Amino acid sequence: MSNATNSNEVCQNASIDIKGINKSYGKLQALNNVDLVIEQGTVFALLGPNGSGKTTLVRILTTLLRPDSGSAHVAGYDVVREAHSVRSVIGLAGQYPAVDEILTGKENLEMIGRLYHLGKSVARARAKELLNRFDLAEAANRQVKTFSGGMRRRLDLAATLIARPSILFLDEPTTGLDPRSRLGLWEVIAAQAKDCNTVFLTTQYLEEADRLANKIAIIDKGRVLRQGTNQELKECCGGDTLIKVRIADSNKISKASDVLEDLAAGKLVSYPDTGEITIPAINGPSLMPEIVRRLDAHNIIIAELALKPPTLDDVFLSITGHTALENAEAKQNTHITGRDDK
Amino acid sequence: MNIITGSSIMNSLSDIGVMTRRNMLRYIRLPQLLVFNALLNVVLLLLFNYVFGGAIQTGGIAYIQYFLPGFMVQTVVFGSTQTSVGLSEDLAKGMIDRFRSLPISRLAFITGRVITDAVRYAVLITLMIIVGSIMGFRFENGIMPVLSGIGLTILFGIALTWVGVFIGISVKDVETAQVAGFVWVFPLVFASSLYVPIETMPSWLQVFSNINPVTPMVDTMRALSLGGSISASLWKTLAWDAAIILIFLTLALRRYKSIGQ
Ligand SMILES: Nc1ncnc2c1ncn2[C@@H]1O[C@H](COP(=O)(O)OP(=O)(O)OP(=O)(O)O)[C@@H](O)[C@H]1O
Ligand SMILES: [Mg+2]
Repeated sequence: MSNATNSNEVCQNASIDIKGINKSYGKLQALNNVDLVIEQGTVFALLGPNGSGKTTLVRILTTLLRPDSGSAHVAGYDVVREAHSVRSVIGLAGQYPAVDEILTGKENLEMIGRLYHLGKSVARARAKELLNRFDLAEAANRQVKTFSGGMRRRLDLAATLIARPSILFLDEPTTGLDPRSRLGLWEVIAAQAKDCNTVFLTTQYLEEADRLANKIAIIDKGRVLRQGTNQELKECCGGDTLIKVRIADSNKISKASDVLEDLAAGKLVSYPDTGEITIPAINGPSLMPEIVRRLDAHNIIIAELALKPPTLDDVFLSITGHTALENAEAKQNTHITGRDDK
Repeated sequence: MNIITGSSIMNSLSDIGVMTRRNMLRYIRLPQLLVFNALLNVVLLLLFNYVFGGAIQTGGIAYIQYFLPGFMVQTVVFGSTQTSVGLSEDLAKGMIDRFRSLPISRLAFITGRVITDAVRYAVLITLMIIVGSIMGFRFENGIMPVLSGIGLTILFGIALTWVGVFIGISVKDVETAQVAGFVWVFPLVFASSLYVPIETMPSWLQVFSNINPVTPMVDTMRALSLGGSISASLWKTLAWDAAIILIFLTLALRRYKSIGQ
């Protein structure tokens, strides 16, 4: 009856196939021709800033929203025409926890379990197991209205897992979790993928995508800008190293940017407020002497010079010209120079 | 066909059971929801009986005799606005999206709601009969007609609950659901034979009152508890129930499917 897949059973289809999805809310185009293929057994992270269309895509894939055009298959089922079949193999934790405040933690889980058509005793056993796993055993018999925000979020995640879905959709799952719970969730996600299940998560935490996902897509204003493995993204968009230069006199920053611009593999970014310049580079260490020479030749004094591996934030910056967490105002204080085609 | 897609009948019945239990627990854990609703009805009953009772000509019978059968109908009409409030709360809190992502039929989700409301109506009507009896109301027609009258009233309530369901999942927030309920409920209740005989109304209003579904329901109820011919109003009531359920069930299911588009 349940859609449980144990690791020793044969894997069910748990792939996601998205072709040319468009979705508008009135005049606003929330998704613009999105194409993605996610193989089963993958942890996939959709990375994008506020309003980029992450939730909209999750809602389409979980049958809550119809696309205007294009098609999507989840576990081989069409999300519009075979919505009911899709629902029986997925678990969804939306951006905001949806748990019943009047019911207790345990009752919430059992209710969702029963609605996935697990038998009564299976639902009860599963609820107990998950309450333990999510550190909610003590609060199990309390009404959810007495739960803290993080507890609700954890209960919501537990509810999502109750029927062992083969595809898990998590919309910004770690928002509102303390570091300990966040680590716990990361373990759950990793375990999920081991059983050849698929996890589709959205996040604004770059560290999280980097650490959890095998494949990442970057979305901005409804368009998928890049997709690939973490490594591919780093290599394609901003080189394998990031050089950070801080100059002593921040008034000279535009001069310094001009001088260094052609060394950048992606977009060079300067921060006039702090006198910092970041240069994405291929084979960074070999460029260090050249940077020192060039700045020295223009009498620009270096206060700090460092090399670091690029994070996804840097990747995002190098592709979109603004960081994932930055809003429009902050953007005005950042100057980006370099080729636009990158 | 479309309504029970995929899941078997057994699953649907189990879903309805689970949803009903969930809604029932709401009334058990938050008894104030029901208690204040009941109190309001008792207060209205007392007020109307003692304030207007003396002034309204009801052709010789005591006002409570004329009025209480209709008042039971009013209880369910007002009661159906609560349905909207409950559902719009579920919508606002994301519960409806949670349920929509589960492999349950749309009909199961909403039916659970409707069953809970039917039970609520039964409780309220029983209370009205008890209070009414204390105030001097007597069934002059025996117990069977009374029970059938109560059954018909609950059925009428169920029909109107579908209207409440549709409004509940169509409006944007809980406050709107509350106000939206009153907009359609007040004309139905007051421009009918519920409080005053229709003949006392201006003729243009009589036109509305005569087609108002509350009128045949109240007339049926009155005939069942006091005696008199019922067949015409009974058929009208049943026809209205069927029409309202058919129209609003369709609208509600369609709306449920496209929430958030
Ligand atoms: N129901 C709606 N009606 C109108 N516009 C909407 C609706 N839902 C989303 N939008 C708009 O669509 C765009 C994409 O929204 P979406 O919620 O998918 O973004 P997101 O990437 O999930 O953002 P966040 O990180 O803030 O959750 C936004 O500009 C948003 O304002
Ligand atoms: Mg979102």
